Formats: sequence, structure tokens, C-alpha cells
Amino acid sequence: MKPPVAILHAPGTNRDLDIALALEVAGAAPEIVHINRLLACERRLSDYAMLVIPGGFSYGDDLGAGKLWAVRLRHDLGAQIDAFARSGKPILGICNGFQVLVKTGLLPDPAAGVQSLTLTRNTSARFECRWVYLEPNRQNPSPWLRGLERIFCPVAHGEGNFQVDEAGTLQRLQRNHQIAFTYVDSGGQPGPYPVNPNGSVADIAGITDPQGHILGLMPHPENHILPHQHPGFHRSCRLGSGLRLFQNGVAMIR
Amino acid sequence: MVYRILLMPKAGADEGRSIALQRAFATLGLSHLPPVVVDDLYFLEADLPAGDIASLARTALLDPVVQTLAVEEAGTGDEAATGVIEVTYLPGVTDSVAENLLAVAHSLGYQGVRQAASGRRFRFQGEVAESHLQAIARGLLANSTVQQYAVNRPIDPPFLVPQAGNGGRPRVAIIPIRELDDRQLHALSRERRLSLDLQEMQAIQNWYRHEGRDPTDVELETLAQTWSEHCVHKTFRALIDYREEPGDVAGDQGVALEIDGLLKTFIRAATEKVDKAWVQSAFVDNAGIIRFDDSYDLAFKVETHNHPSALEPFGGANTGVGGVIRDILGVSARPIANTDVLCFGPENLPEEKLPAGVLHPRRIAEGVIHGIEDYGNKMGIPTVNGAVHYHPGYTANPLVYCGCLGILPRGSHRPLHNARAGDLIVAIGGRTGRDGLRGATFSSMEMDHTTGEIASTAVQIGNPIVEKQVMEVILRARDAGLYTAITDCGAGGFSSAIGEMGRHVGARVRLDQAPLKYPGLRPWEIWLSEAQERMILAIPPHHWPAFRQLCRDHDVEACVLGEFDGSHRLRVDYGDTTVADLDMTFLHEGVPRRRLDAVWSPTRHPEPEHLLVSPPDDPSELVLRVLAHANVRSRADIVHRYDHEVQGGTVVKPLAGAAQRGPNDAAVLIPQPCQRQSGRPQAAAALAVGINPRYGFIDPYAMAWACVDEALRNVVAVGADPDRVALLDNFCWGNPALPDRLGSLVRCARGCHDAALAYEAPFISGKDSLNNEYLGEDGAKHAIPGTLLISAVGIVPDLECTASADLKQAGDYLYLLGETHAELGGSVYYDLCGEIGASVPRPYPQALPRLRALHRAIRAGLVRACHDLSDGGLAVAVAEMCLAGELGAEIDLDLLPAGEELPAAAALFSESLGRFLIEVRPQAAGRFETLLSSQPCRRIGTVLAESHLRVLDAGRPLFSLPLCDMYRAYESS
Repeated sequence: MKPPVAILHAPGTNRDLDIALALEVAGAAPEIVHINRLLACERRLSDYAMLVIPGGFSYGDDLGAGKLWAVRLRHDLGAQIDAFARSGKPILGICNGFQVLVKTGLLPDPAAGVQSLTLTRNTSARFECRWVYLEPNRQNPSPWLRGLERIFCPVAHGEGNFQVDEAGTLQRLQRNHQIAFTYVDSGGQPGPYPVNPNGSVADIAGITDPQGHILGLMPHPENHILPHQHPGFHRSCRLGSGLRLFQNGVAMIR
Repeated sequence: MVYRILLMPKAGADEGRSIALQRAFATLGLSHLPPVVVDDLYFLEADLPAGDIASLARTALLDPVVQTLAVEEAGTGDEAATGVIEVTYLPGVTDSVAENLLAVAHSLGYQGVRQAASGRRFRFQGEVAESHLQAIARGLLANSTVQQYAVNRPIDPPFLVPQAGNGGRPRVAIIPIRELDDRQLHALSRERRLSLDLQEMQAIQNWYRHEGRDPTDVELETLAQTWSEHCVHKTFRALIDYREEPGDVAGDQGVALEIDGLLKTFIRAATEKVDKAWVQSAFVDNAGIIRFDDSYDLAFKVETHNHPSALEPFGGANTGVGGVIRDILGVSARPIANTDVLCFGPENLPEEKLPAGVLHPRRIAEGVIHGIEDYGNKMGIPTVNGAVHYHPGYTANPLVYCGCLGILPRGSHRPLHNARAGDLIVAIGGRTGRDGLRGATFSSMEMDHTTGEIASTAVQIGNPIVEKQVMEVILRARDAGLYTAITDCGAGGFSSAIGEMGRHVGARVRLDQAPLKYPGLRPWEIWLSEAQERMILAIPPHHWPAFRQLCRDHDVEACVLGEFDGSHRLRVDYGDTTVADLDMTFLHEGVPRRRLDAVWSPTRHPEPEHLLVSPPDDPSELVLRVLAHANVRSRADIVHRYDHEVQGGTVVKPLAGAAQRGPNDAAVLIPQPCQRQSGRPQAAAALAVGINPRYGFIDPYAMAWACVDEALRNVVAVGADPDRVALLDNFCWGNPALPDRLGSLVRCARGCHDAALAYEAPFISGKDSLNNEYLGEDGAKHAIPGTLLISAVGIVPDLECTASADLKQAGDYLYLLGETHAELGGSVYYDLCGEIGASVPRPYPQALPRLRALHRAIRAGLVRACHDLSDGGLAVAVAEMCLAGELGAEIDLDLLPAGEELPAAAALFSESLGRFLIEVRPQAAGRFETLLSSQPCRRIGTVLAESHLRVLDAGRPLFSLPLCDMYRAYESS
């Protein structure tokens, strides 16, 4: 049987169907679950093997990117979320979902449960939709990253600039090998804008929790799972698919 | 108690925004200002101690990593601040941030919070003269139409500004009309801004004389709305006496015609004559619908939102996008792509040339692009195709065309006129406020108002998240079969939506049921409000509980406004009072037909032949200048601000090539519901536009052909089947009551008709926006260039057989398909030299066989890259292909298929129709040439590995340009 995955939906979530397709292709049985159904106890997180918080503009990002969704999850569903995280089941947050994970304190460490990093306004002060290369950190032992090659996929955000509260936080992330992805150029080298599209410190595009079950990243690997999605489709470019990331997630719950 | 909450960036955070602002200040002529810091400002009115407010702010607002928090009681802050500008919205303007803040405060248990507002504080880190602060506030930070600002003092939140018109009981007024004479009828129309002419006012008067009573304000406003140009297209349905003055051609006697409606005679007639079986619905619903594959249909609509965008660029464009998306929802379709075509005045217009009361084109452009970005990105709809055109004629009157493509399962739509007696009238989505009521009508109320309040009602601010949730509800309700008819609330609000839906059955409405944003609205204001994000559905009573639950599940407000009742009347009640009771037949068919005069007399611009014989510059220099031309240069800066990847279906993307630095001709999309299909061939949709107002200065007929040709070229170049392309027409013109304006419009519509027949491409939807004129301080009328936009949606039969515009491999051959003539009238090259000229590109009636031949070659897999020749001609086409592919090319101008001897400048820059530049592998050349043998198609060059564009003339080198120079010109701003 295909493992059930909850893709959370709040007003303004818009890449839920994109992730659903990626998870289906990877072999899971995704279900888009409106947050109101959790609040009404029609669904429980514990019924699912994986939790995905997708991209979009939850509640319009009106009080800061992902802020209001994080407040609601923490305030109204905190016990369920914490229990899910403690159970060691995988959690994936992409773009707005990454912002939510950071602002609920689930990243960088659910045990600490406080916000020590953020995704703030791009240094260009603009929304950026462009294709980027993601280098997986080979020292990060998370099963999310197992056997991953460099991923080529789009970013689409105005607030993806990864920043930390103090230098010690960054050092801890590095020491614990929690950095999951960094922005690089096509040759794998770091570089200035637009290689790093938003000004993130240490070119960080995504991180995991210390146990490696929770992954958050700004770019959208779910928008590169099929060959024709590659901008070089007409140039016979086929490398950089994000599908393996979702297959890794499904492997964790099979 | 009113609290001010300030979230201030920590040192070093948010420098990007500061730098962007510094750049913007420089455009006002203010450089070397000290750095500026932007704080988020919130107001809360609450019966709570400051400590509670601080803890609420920490929980719900603060990002502790990059911000610090300050909470102060209003009136106790730093009164003597210097270098500070504060901005908030005006009362009554949608403030979704405030709405969300209020909601989260309550859900966190802070019930004592009663009102909220949001704003910004700009703090300069050093001395700035107050006059400069005023200039910055006015010129950049606050738009007086929707915002207020304060310099060097704390601003009042909008909820403390006294609101007009909210006192007393809402009431309805009777307008005595039966005894008025013609002069008084005219005055009544003008005072209430009814925009009805004398003939129409007399028709209304006669009807009420016959009824033996006078109209209510609700009825009069309803009639004015329903009979408005926007709703019934009086000009396009009018009887027109049309004359064409003799042209230059010997023996031309001119033309005199009586036209029985432009829409019927030229646009619909073309659709009927072309008679394509795959057209599912044309001109009858909110959008045109064509067949996509065996299971799905595509819906396409393009709207304009010009006047609102001139006043409030962000809000105008924002709600323009929101409006056209609702048109697609109004045919029960899921939106899958947005397009946008924008016409602005010159970005470098000197301030002294700006007409009084007009925003600078730079500011309009920035606001409009931001507005499109905001709505499309938040809705999760990829913005994939468009164009930007600059001309001084758009300075006071920018054009904002917003398009939306949707997909729906065949047979799932319940159209507008399907409502049945007994169905409930259900409104969903946003609440109703004074948004979008006519400013002058508002001012006729006896009350204490400010200018800002008047204007704030004329402009709307969108809330895309509300519309997103409305979409989720509609698509689910469609699949569950819960409604029998659906339409959107656009112009005229409830009055148009319900009046139109109930046209053949009759409707009874209880206006006091409508959820309002704030109290005090009069019945006619509720009825006419153009508040955003609202839809009307006809729901059978037994489906109402399920529908209501669906809305609750998605946080969407829904209410029953009444029912369709079989009375064939439109009856509107407010409490115990009947405020309108109109006969549906009179409402919809009582408008007298207009009779208009139209004259087209050609304007003769001299042909600057010397520009071809002895160009003003080296050809290589001219190529660079053409590449840097405002209407040619790269749009990458804009494209990257639009999410063009969401929904994962964008196969041919806005930008082409290895580094995505050149444009593609059209977007190709796989609709999301079809992405699960496996196996070949997978069908896709292609979207493109054609626009060239410069040709219209010479001949609107030729312009129409050129626009149709360009739209067709674009979709066929990427792989669409030329026999499966549908068109949309959008006319933006001046005042049709002036015979010269109407004359050029008629001539353009004739061109649309003739071109559609030649290309066998049906029109499926269209819209006209007339009266785009601006009365300057000088008393002179500023009319826009008559502007036709043709949008095309084409079916791509096989995703694997699509082409992008970037060069792929050195050694490949380059073919030019189509003949080049010396046709530079209205060209970019002439424009660069300050000329218009006369030799406008001529219609090319045999284009369809050419498009079919090219399509066969693409289907056979023989085309590696393809790009159409349009603005800037061959020079721009070959340059863009090189830049996109990061490869060089060599072409010989002597090899061009041409009917005549062409000077180099003509070969490079002519804009003749029907031409493509095509890259073919040497191994495929034979088969390619055979397939194109019936066409003028010649190999004119080769793709080079070295980074140069080399242009020869009969084998002799004419010039050689390094790619890096071309990038610099093309990507300059």
C-alpha cells in the first residue's frame, strides 16, 4: 500500500498540487488536508506517515512570510505537531513551508522549539523566480539527501534570505552538518547574485533538524520532476531532477 | 486606547530595501540622501494594557532574528521626530494586513482588540529638508488616491479619521424624472455620472411615464450600469455611417458604408464564416471556450484595467488581474496561466513634460508590474506571456491588458443563463463596501467628505487570498454539481451579475442580507459596489447546505441574497422597502441603439527613404541601438518578478536558452490536470500576443493584419497547429463620438475581420475599452494611440514537437522563411530615427499555407530553433537567437528571399509579415527544404561557435558584432 502523506493547506497555499504530483510520481499517496479539517478534528496528523507544508502565501503572508500560519499551528495544533515531530516521521517544508518550520521553531531543532533563524526579504528587495542549482551537503546524513545529485529547480519567493540570530547558530548548523543544500553555479561553485538568488548567509538554501527527519528548503524541487520541466528541455538537458528527493522521502516511510 | 506597534529592522537587516529606495529617490532628482530605514507600523485600538499588546505583537508580528519591537500609546511618541515619513491607507481602503491582525488577535484570545490598521514608517538616518520629505512622500511613498502620509509627526490611523456617510438610516431616494425637459435630463445624467445620452434618458423617462411613477436611485443607477458602454458595448453594436476618404492608390474612390454593428459585422461574422467545430463557446459567456483534448476545454479571456491603473497603478493592475481570473472562474474553469500586455509613456520622460495630475510613467510602470506580480503570484497562477510597449501617447493613459487561461472538464460548466426559477441567489467571497463607486456620484451626497475619501471609493485594492479561496470553493462545487449558473461580480457589481443571470427568469433580491465591510452603506451603494473577489451563483435550495459547508471549510463567506423567481422582473428589497422593481425586458433591451458617424482619412507621413540609402550610423551601431530600444530590449527584469513556474506546466518558458537570456515567441503549457497522463503524444496549449500600435498611425487596417499575423506566428513558431488557433480581440481607443476616432476603429475592425478569414482563425472573445482620452490642464484632449491587442491560444498536438528560440549548435543551418520587402513604416528603426514613414508592412493573405508548411516541419522534428521576425526585423531576430543560445551566427543579406533589391538597412530592419528564422541540422536540411518547397525559404547562414554575429552582403563582410556588446545593449535599462 502506498504510504499516506498529509500536504497541509491554508488559505493562500498554492504549490500543494505541484507537491502532490511529485509525491505521486515518487510512489506515495498524498492527501491535501485543509488546516480547518485538523482544527475540526476531522483529520489527525497521526494518521499520516509524512507531513508536508507546501509553498504559497499562507494568509497572504500579511504579518510576515509564514508567520500567521506558524502562529496558528503552534497555538491551535501545537501538541499534534510536536508529537508528530517527536515520533521521527519525516516533515518537509518548502518555500512558505520552510518559513513556517523556522517560525514555529521546528527548525533548526524541534527540541529547542525557539526561532533562531529566519527567511527574510531578498537582498534584491524583489520577488525572484529563476532556476538555481542546489548542492546537497554530503556530510549531512539525513535520509532525505541519500544519493542526491545536484538539483536544478526554480526559486519563487520574495523572502528567502536565510539569516541567523547570532554567529553561534550558524556554527552549530555547520558543526552538526544540518545544512542540507547550498546555492551553487552550474559547475558546483558558490557565487554572487543571481547564483545565490536572495542573499542567504553561507549560500544556505535548506537545512535539516539534527536528527535529519525534518527538511526545509526555499527552492522548488517539486517543479522539476519531469523532463519537459527543465528549461533546457529543447537543448536535450536532462540532469538535475528533483524527483530523487521525493523518492528519498517515500523510502523513509515505506 | 490606540497603540502604535513598530517593528524595526536590526542593524544590517533589510539593506536591500534601503538601496532600492535610494535608487528610486534618485529618479526624483534627489541623490546623496542619508540611508533610510523602513519600519512596519501597526495600530491597534484595544481595551488592554500595553503589556498585553506587546505580547500579542511578539507572538503574531515580530521576527526576532531581524527585527526589534516597540509599542507605544498613540499621542505619547516622539512628537519632534525629524526625517520621518509615515504612510497608512485612507479609510475604507481594503487593508488585508489589518484584517488578518484583528483575526489572529481574537483567535489568540485578545478579545479586547477592536480595530487594527497597518502602515509604514520611513526613517532617514540624517538630515533631510522637509520639502524633500514632502516630495518623496508625494512622489514615491504615498498615493493620495488610497493612502495618507505625515511628515515628521505620527500619523493618525485610518479608523480615527472621521468616516463620511455612516450616520443615519440607509435610505433610498426617488428621482423625479417624468417632468424634466431635455436640458434637465442631460443635467441629471451628468450630475449623477450616469453616462447616458439624451436619447437614452428619454427612453427611461418614457418608460416611467408609462409606469406612472418616478425611478428610485437604485433603479436609475441599475439602468445606467446595465446600459453602460462597459456592459452593452453600445459603440460596437451601434449603426455606423462610415466613410473612407480616397487613398493614394490611383482610382481609389473611397468607401461609404452603413455598418450594422461592428461586433456583428466584423468580429462575430468572422467567427461564423471560419466556422470551426472546436469552438465550444464564443462571445456568449465570461470567456471564450475551445476544445483542448478528448476530455478538457480551454477558456481564455483578456480584459483591460486602464483608468484605475492610471490613478493607482498597483491597485488598478492588481484588481485587473483579479477581475480576469474571475472571468475564468465564471466559466467554471481552473486558471492555469496569466498574460499581461502593458503600454506606458516613456520611462525617461522629463518631469516638465508630465501633464498635471498624472503620475510619472516610471511610477505607473513600477506599480502596475508590482500589482500583476502580487495577484498572480499569490493566486499561484503562472504569468507566462506578455509584452511592454512604450510610447508618449500612453503617458496620461497607460494600458493594462490582463489575460487568463483556464481549463475545465468538458460539459462541467453551468453557464450564466442557466439559472432556474427557485434557485437561490448566492453571493460568495469578499464583503461589500464603497469600493469602485463613482467618485462624483459619491460627492453628490450631502455629507462631510474629503477628496481622498471620494477617490478611495473609485479605486479598489485586491485581496488575492480571498479570491484563491473562492476558486477552491468553485472548483469543488462544480465537480459536485452544486450550482446551476455562475458569474462574477465585475463592473456594476451585484446589479450587473444578478440582473444578467436573472434576465430570462426574474430575480428577487434582499439587499440587507449582503455582508458589508462597514455599516452605513445606502441600498444603491450595496447594489452597485464593485468590491472585489465576489461571485454570484444560482444554487438549488437542496444543495445550499452542502455548498454552505464547503464555503465554511475554506473560510469563504457565503450568503443567500434572494432567489430567481420566474417573475421576469428584477425586484430589489431593502428591509421592508422595495427599492427597485424593473421589467427585465426593458432593463436588457430598452436601450436605444446609437447611430454614429465615422470617417477614416489616411494621415500621410513622408517615407524617409534617405534612412535606407544612407543610414545615420554604422550598421553594427544601428543593430546595437535597435537592441537597446525601449520596445525591444530584454524583459528579463520583469519576467523574474512573475512566478512563471508554479503549477509545473510551463514547457516553453518566457525566457529561452542555456542561460535564459533571450525571449521565446510564446508560452507552452501542460495544464495541471493533464500532467498525470503518460504516453505520447501529450497535447499542450500555446499562448501569445500580437501588438503594434505604431503601424496604426499609418493604417489601422494594416495594424490589425500585423497583430493577427504576429500572434499566429508566435504560437506556430513554438509548435501550435495553425488550424487550431483561436483569437481574442481587445480594442483600446479614444472617444467614439468623435468621427475620426471611430473611423480608425472601424478600419481596424475591418482588418481584424479580413485577417481572421485569411488565417481561418476564429475570434472567441473580445473586449473594447473606449474613451481613453485625457483632458489636460491646457484644455486639449490627449487621446491614446488606437491600440489593438490580438491574443492567441493554440493547441500544440505533441509536447515533444515544440521549438524554442535559442540557437542550439554550431554548424547548423539558418533558414529565412518568408519574403522581405522594404516595409519599414512604423518600424523600430524608423522610430529610432524619429520617423514614422508610410511603408507599413502589408497584409499577406497567403500566410496560412506557410504556417501549415512550417508546422509540418516542426512536427517532423526538423526544426531545432525557431523565432519569428517582428519588432526590429531580421537584425533583432538573429541577435535574440544568438543571445539566448550563447552562440554566434553568420548571415548573408544577399540571400534573403525578397521580391526586390534591398538596401542593407531594409534587409536588417524591415518588419514585413509572415517571416521566421529557423535553425536546422545539416542532416535534416534536405527534408526541411522539401517540406518548405512551396514557400519562399532560403538558407541564409550558419550557426557559429565563436561569439560573434557576422553579417555579410553577397559574401562581403558588412560587420561583425561580439555577443558581449549585444548583451550589453539588449540588457541595458
